[in-house]
Amino acid sequence: MNMMSEAAVEKALDKKMNDISYKMIGKDVSVYYGEKRALYDVNLNVRENTVTALIGPSGCGKSTFLRTLNRMNDTIDGCRVTGRITLDTDDIYDPNIDVVELRARVGMVFQKPNPFPKSIYENVAYGPRIHGLAKSKSDMDAIVEKSLQKAGLWNEVKDRLHEGGTGLSGGQQQRLCIARAVAVSPEVILMDEPCSALDPIATAKVEELIHELRANFTIVIVTHSMQQAARVSQRTAMFHLGNLVEENDTDKMFTNPDDQRTQDYIMGRFG
Amino acid sequence: MSQVSTSPSMATLGVSAKPERRDIGLRRRYAAERRFRLFGMAAIAFGLLFLFLLLFSVVSKGYTAFQQSMITIPVEFSEQVIDKNNERATNPQKLVSANYPVVARNALAKVLGVAEDDRAGLKAVNGMISDSVRTQFRDMVVANPAIIGTTQTVTFLAHGDLDSAFKGQIDLSVAENNRKISDKQVGWMNTLVESGALSKHFNTGLFVNGASSRPEAAGLGVAVVGSLYMMLIVLVLSLPIGVAASIYLEEFAPKNRFTDLIEVNINNLAAVPSIVYGLLGLAVFVNFAGFPRSAALVGGLVLTLMTLPTIIIATRAALKAVPPSIRSAALGLGASKMQTVFHHVLPLAMPGILTGTIIGLAHALGETAPLLLIGMVAFVADIPGTPLDPSTALPVQIYMWANEAERAFVERTSGAIMVLLIFLILMNVGAILLRRRFERRW
Amino acid sequence: MSISLLLLVVAVIGAVGYFIGSWRANALAGGKLSSLHSRPGYYGSFVALWAILPAVVVVFVWVIASPIYVNSTIRAGFPEEVKAEPQATQNLNYNMISAIARGFKVLTAEEREALFKDGAAARDVLASKGVPVAAEPAPYMLKSADDLNRMTNTSSTLLSILAIVVATAGAFLSYRSIAPKFRARNRVEGMMLVGLIAASSIAILTTVGIVASMFTEAVHFFNMVPAWEFFFGTVWDPRFAAAGATASAGQFGLIPLLAGTLYIGFVAMLVAVPVGLFAAIYMSEYASRHVRSVAKPLLEVLAGIPTIVYGFFALVTVGPFLRDISAQLNGLVTGNYSNFIQAQSVLTAGFVMGIMLIPYVSSLSDDIITAVPRALRDGSLGLGATRSETIKRVILPAALPGIVGALLMTASRAVGETMIVVLAAGVAARMQLNPFEPMTTVTVKIVNQLTGDLEFTSPQTLVAFALGITLFFITLCLNIYALYIVRKYREQYE
Repeated sequence: MNMMSEAAVEKALDKKMNDISYKMIGKDVSVYYGEKRALYDVNLNVRENTVTALIGPSGCGKSTFLRTLNRMNDTIDGCRVTGRITLDTDDIYDPNIDVVELRARVGMVFQKPNPFPKSIYENVAYGPRIHGLAKSKSDMDAIVEKSLQKAGLWNEVKDRLHEGGTGLSGGQQQRLCIARAVAVSPEVILMDEPCSALDPIATAKVEELIHELRANFTIVIVTHSMQQAARVSQRTAMFHLGNLVEENDTDKMFTNPDDQRTQDYIMGRFG
Repeated sequence: MSQVSTSPSMATLGVSAKPERRDIGLRRRYAAERRFRLFGMAAIAFGLLFLFLLLFSVVSKGYTAFQQSMITIPVEFSEQVIDKNNERATNPQKLVSANYPVVARNALAKVLGVAEDDRAGLKAVNGMISDSVRTQFRDMVVANPAIIGTTQTVTFLAHGDLDSAFKGQIDLSVAENNRKISDKQVGWMNTLVESGALSKHFNTGLFVNGASSRPEAAGLGVAVVGSLYMMLIVLVLSLPIGVAASIYLEEFAPKNRFTDLIEVNINNLAAVPSIVYGLLGLAVFVNFAGFPRSAALVGGLVLTLMTLPTIIIATRAALKAVPPSIRSAALGLGASKMQTVFHHVLPLAMPGILTGTIIGLAHALGETAPLLLIGMVAFVADIPGTPLDPSTALPVQIYMWANEAERAFVERTSGAIMVLLIFLILMNVGAILLRRRFERRW
Repeated sequence: MSISLLLLVVAVIGAVGYFIGSWRANALAGGKLSSLHSRPGYYGSFVALWAILPAVVVVFVWVIASPIYVNSTIRAGFPEEVKAEPQATQNLNYNMISAIARGFKVLTAEEREALFKDGAAARDVLASKGVPVAAEPAPYMLKSADDLNRMTNTSSTLLSILAIVVATAGAFLSYRSIAPKFRARNRVEGMMLVGLIAASSIAILTTVGIVASMFTEAVHFFNMVPAWEFFFGTVWDPRFAAAGATASAGQFGLIPLLAGTLYIGFVAMLVAVPVGLFAAIYMSEYASRHVRSVAKPLLEVLAGIPTIVYGFFALVTVGPFLRDISAQLNGLVTGNYSNFIQAQSVLTAGFVMGIMLIPYVSSLSDDIITAVPRALRDGSLGLGATRSETIKRVILPAALPGIVGALLMTASRAVGETMIVVLAAGVAARMQLNPFEPMTTVTVKIVNQLTGDLEFTSPQTLVAFALGITLFFITLCLNIYALYIVRKYREQYE
């Protein structure tokens, strides 16, 4: 029983291959800022319950791609997106898709911690409140507590929930922002260089958190640091000059990439 | 868990199942969104509507002021009326004090066929002629006494009421004794129009005449000259002082209590009600220093003090916008601080400074309240020769005319407002062009 | 020598100083400019400044001091019986003397001699030369006038000599100090710096002038009318005093004026705040760049229109319109076609002032709203908030302190606004609550009390300064507080 036939192994692998399910699929995605083209026909799929890291030198389009995933680019004047991006089975650029609903399903955490100038409690409660997710005060209390726990911040702030969120340290603020995103119970969380403004200890905490969040959420993270990509992600996509150069398992990417440019970038020859 | 998409292009890929859709109150929230947006558009529409109404109200009432009804008829400068006893050789005063309105009246009566003994008729004829013929004919005769006894074709101003009637501003359906012009006069008016004797001319008087109690003869000449003097004074004083003060505060001043005080002070001065500057001018320049009341000089000084904070604030912003790298570059080459500022920073900031100055000047040009207090509300008929002579200003003239009861003054007031607005538009367009032409992005 | 000619001469000396200064520096350098501390132009400027500045100061002081000295000497020479007269009569006499003195200048010497022999003809002779004299001059006046002319002549000559000597001495001494190692540039720049500092103290001087001038006049007023009667009086009735009868003071109660000011300001804010705020929100959060580039400048045109134009608009358009529409409404409801809104009313003035204030509210709030960091906006939108939710729940709360500051600044403008209320609010100082009736304001009364004849000794004139200083302090407090709030707000996001 503890021996498996060759065929059985094959079958199990096949099954695993078939089990891969894609949360978001980007097909021929191009982005223009006015006359300037920022992304060239990117085809990138995001696997469910996986951390996908987007790496590449600055200005390569990785953040731009991230922002197309929950249509944050809509808020920029003169920005145009072509191609097709789906979330589950929905084309998110379809006119019938509502951007508010989309963003409730695809949350976002930004580069600089940006807590609202409100109390910690109100910061976390903001999303559930606007979406009407809590039926009662006790419901809301539960959501806030759960979200702060998921963000690993509960023990640090449970005694001062009604103090200002801007009074926290940088790392705590960023975890508060993650808790804020988590409170809406999105399916996907986008993170745009979430640790770039943090010190190493705070960074370690956030990375640990990302690792844990993977169980419940699909995560896409843009990062500057290749070490970070290696630490937190299972899949990595490398961007260069608005093109997707390579997308691969993180392990393979950092040991034996298919593309010469990826190799050069990882070896530190440019970037 | 996994499920093959129905979409053919995705057929090869496993796509995750779509979770159950949550109700996040979209319908209600979008209604609120639309409402909110509508309020915003309504607010802007409200503001623009009133901008339009204001301009429309002024222009519709005022555009007629640029034309004035004039009567052109042969006028007999009858010796009988002007100088019955032939005294003009010995008493030149005679020609000055002669009864010229009668000359005009008789001429018009002749054209209209009113008998010389029809007193009521003559009175009605007189009501069609502006009293300004007195000075007009006097000047003609004094300049050339030889025309006495001859008949000349002269163009002179029609009475303000006739002017209003001719422009269709008097409602002729009102009972005759409730309006300023009788049916008989309207009839004559039509005759005169048919014969071409009564016609509208471009109203040069509006721009060259001084104050007059007759609307048809009142003009903006004094006000325009007065405003011009004041603008010159403001420009000459406030630009150099404002720029010097800004340079000190922005480039040299140490950060201490005193400069902090100046800083707060300037910001507050910019917000002090303009009427307070009028009180200052009255107490300091007129009462204490003994400058003449109603003079453009005092007005200019008051407006200078009022404009200075605006110019200083604009200049400091312009200086601040010059990047520090320019200063470092100059200092690094061994230029002194003073040389750096005057050779590099100031020229680069100049477009911003000039734009701010023009806007400050435009503001000063439209300012009324302080000028009322220093006595520029005066009846000044003669164009002031120097800034020390009594004068008025454009906005003050508007104020005075706005307080006049006669209908024809409403037209003139609106016309004056149009002149003022045109000046302001020109200045602002100048400022915008300057900014466009020299705008620099660092 | 006239003052302008004298200043010209001093300027010429300065210019000459500049050239010889630069020439001297060049000569000292002997073709090797690097041996000089400063460029030759600075040596020239140094000499020129030393030639001009002290001389100009001398001229300035002299021009102020000399008439005072001459005036007092002439007055000291008045006959005893004239000196016994009241000050006002003496002033009149002095004015006559200076008129005669002016007249003397246009007469020939013989004519003047003739006048001294026959004083009675003086008035006619002077009038024939185009110099009017108020009354027949007393004999001592002719002599005083002659003295006056002589003294001003002497003074002018002395001044000319002194100024030229000072200018030349300054040029000479500074020329002497020129040496290759002399730091001319530092000296010149030091003097320039003093000039810059002087320019910036004008701001302080203006404030001091405002406070001091209004304060002294207001103190005169409070000597005649007790301060508490002014500040707490509820009746405004400053009956115009008969000429000279300063005792017949009326009642100077500030309260009704203040009530009108605040009421009209309140109505104006009621119009301006919602409209301005929503306009600002729409501009900064919703409008496309194209719409903004058209609508924003157009709204700002409202701020560039002089207030007198708004006043006229209120007087001839809005006021009559409200009056007529109220009559129509009344007629529809009660059948009685009489208007219940007066053409001049709190509503008319407040409404038009509100329109004037829209651009202030909107541009100040626009600045404040755009100062809210984009990150907060993105944070909220990224959570799936709609734009209006983001504005209402994140941006406005974050911008609130700044907006309050902006509204206080706007309120101070409403309080100090003059021309609209002068034309549209009415002149009756009444205390009542009906917005359809006229009320009056502090600024209207300042204008009313100061147009026409002024008598700086009567409370009817001086009360304007008491009103002015009240107005000044109200707006000052509003502004200082507003600036403080806004400054704190900006620091929060910088």
